[in-house]
Amino acid sequence: MASTTATAGLLKPRIRLGEAVERGVGLTIVVAGLVWVIINFVQDPKLCFSVLLDGLNRGALYALIALGYTLVYGIIELINFAHGDLFMLGTIFSANLLINWLGVTSATFGGILALILTFVVTMVFCAAINVSAEFFAYRRLRRAPRLAPLITAVGLSFVFQNIGLKWNGSTQKQWPSLIGNHGFTVGGVLVRYSLFVTLSVTALLLFGLTFIVQRTRQGKAMRATAQDQDGARLMGINVDRTISFTFALGGAMAGTAAMLWIETYGSTKFDLGFQLGLMAFTAAVLGGIGNLVGAVVGGVLIGLVQAFNEGFPHGAGQEWTQTVVFSILILLLVFRPEGLFGQRTTEKV
Amino acid sequence: MSTLPAALKAPRQRRSIASLAWPLSFTAAVILVFVFYRYWLPNIANSGERFVADWFPITTINLCVIWVIMAIGLNVVVGYAGLLDLGYVAFWAIGSYMGAWLMSAQFFQVNFHLGDPTIVSKGQGVHISFWLVLLAAGAFCALWGVIIGGPTLRLRSDYLAIVTLGFGEIIPQVFQNGDKEHIGFNLTSGTKGIGPIDPIGTGWLSNFKGVDPALGLSGYELPYKFLVYAVIAAFCVFVSLRIRRGRLGRAWLAIREDELAASMMGVSLVKAKLSAYAVGAVFGGLGGVAYATLVGSVFPNFTFNFSITILLMVVLGGMGNVWGVILGALVISWINYTGLGQFGDWYNGQFNSHVDFPSYNFLIFGVILVLMMLFRREGFLPESRTRLIMREPARTEMEAVGADIAAAEAEIEITEETEDELVSSETTKRADGGES
Repeated sequence: MASTTATAGLLKPRIRLGEAVERGVGLTIVVAGLVWVIINFVQDPKLCFSVLLDGLNRGALYALIALGYTLVYGIIELINFAHGDLFMLGTIFSANLLINWLGVTSATFGGILALILTFVVTMVFCAAINVSAEFFAYRRLRRAPRLAPLITAVGLSFVFQNIGLKWNGSTQKQWPSLIGNHGFTVGGVLVRYSLFVTLSVTALLLFGLTFIVQRTRQGKAMRATAQDQDGARLMGINVDRTISFTFALGGAMAGTAAMLWIETYGSTKFDLGFQLGLMAFTAAVLGGIGNLVGAVVGGVLIGLVQAFNEGFPHGAGQEWTQTVVFSILILLLVFRPEGLFGQRTTEKV
Repeated sequence: MSTLPAALKAPRQRRSIASLAWPLSFTAAVILVFVFYRYWLPNIANSGERFVADWFPITTINLCVIWVIMAIGLNVVVGYAGLLDLGYVAFWAIGSYMGAWLMSAQFFQVNFHLGDPTIVSKGQGVHISFWLVLLAAGAFCALWGVIIGGPTLRLRSDYLAIVTLGFGEIIPQVFQNGDKEHIGFNLTSGTKGIGPIDPIGTGWLSNFKGVDPALGLSGYELPYKFLVYAVIAAFCVFVSLRIRRGRLGRAWLAIREDELAASMMGVSLVKAKLSAYAVGAVFGGLGGVAYATLVGSVFPNFTFNFSITILLMVVLGGMGNVWGVILGALVISWINYTGLGQFGDWYNGQFNSHVDFPSYNFLIFGVILVLMMLFRREGFLPESRTRLIMREPARTEMEAVGADIAAAEAEIEITEETEDELVSSETTKRADGGES
């Protein structure tokens, strides 16, 4: 038995260039990036500062979506392709609920209450969709070859996207936002209130999730299920319910992100989820997939990279964002698949 | 088509007539379709002609053949080698742009002609014979297959899917941004696309009656183009069937079923995986060039939807079985281009409604994908071998290390230490990861 374990590592195709070279290349890339950021800041500090704030805001949203990826991956090792599209459905739902169905347009006291209500309902909405996707599709495929649930997730992503397309139309739709563009200026730079809302909600949820996973009984069940489903079952853990709970948490994160996205940017489109989902997945991998703090840090970093690329005087511009982000993803998976915070195991390789 | 009989007439022939079955029936089917559209269709009754023109237009037939080529290519990667490639559209794009660069006036700075002397375009730019472009695009795509495959060698199936997806997004974006404004040199004309693309030169075949020296975009030439694309498809079928039976094909299947076991049996994982990507990419490149000549221009509209549609064709038809994949490609592409729209027209006419059926195509495809995975994972025309694998539940941890074989002995023999190792080792759990 022991020999199986040992040889499994050895027999993996190894194309490593050697630890030192890899580290050197990695460091060079990071240093070059930092130098580039500093040059930009020196040239136009005011612009760069506002870009930085926008990046933080964007990054916090990516972090919330990435949390959903990381939770689900952490427990059943499935890349939930449909997660981004779930987020997109959430944006459409929350905008419709708040503006069309509740008829709220201004930030009065009642408006704020309705906002909070929309928040909760959107979380429940996304959680419900995610749980039913698990119940009707992924659960039946738990013992199937790995390819099967992955293809199912891709199929579901298509389904969600087209529901969004039918619901929201094929073009970008703009919604009025309650907190939107209000803010105060510091040294000529507009600091939006939405930034504070997004950051504090993200931080709160991160703490809440960490608490649930590390301290509660349910969290213990989640960790046990992640380690060994059969073992967990033998210990009296209801594995199916635990996995459903995880999907619900992930869906709620997507719902939160959706609501905050609508309040920050006010626009949504049917393919928003695909793009943001990929960004968020990159963020989750960057932080070390399965790691909650890592997902948040990764999300903020990816948000900053995107904002810097699009807003900086020397940035490559919006039309290259995907290329930049995916290049990061590919380099990362090749050189450091365990991410920034993950443990170096054979797991992901 | 000429390559097929030659190859089958190998000296030490001890094959029965059965091995000739597919080349013969394929040729017969192709000739039948060609004769129907070229000679018969213009002469049949008006209503019949309209029915065929509505439901089975020759343009759709040609597009279907191109999707068939793509699906056969992806089948090599996903069906044979079990590597989930979600960015296959990258090769389609590269192939199409190779065709566009080598067969148009895009690079007007140079004046380069090669191959077919009957080619119509005598102007500026690079104008190379279609058949040579096929070779060039195949080679170029093979190179890119290795470049894209390289970083994925160390990754497990789902990470591999993400990396290929990343490449599938990056490469079309590069083509989209490849104009003077963005990269300082007009490589791809950006969103304006490249066109017109040279027609297919027919060379000495133009001596036959009715064959044009150059197959362009006019409707009358489309049946001839169909023949050209069918030859490419036949080549792809031939190659993938032959490789499947050979050493490399068996290595791919072994990797698909159990990577660890395969590598222990001496299969070189690096070589086998990279060649799977390369062969798949070659087919994608051939299809890309064919697509460029069919449309007559190339635009950077290669999206993720393309990749998933091809994947759906492979899954629907039956991973690993070339005939199933061809069937899947024909059905799905026909539904996509004509079937759904025609059905919608018929339905709306019948029930006096206004449902926009074609806009639901991807919703339907997504649903089919999910349902297939839930209820018929092996596809409609599966290889018997695939059916067994897809139906078999993934092994549990204990089985992965061989516990199911020696279950009884294990009770006695496993000492406490090794048992601990067994439970704690992550690698054993991972051992069943490669088999999907």
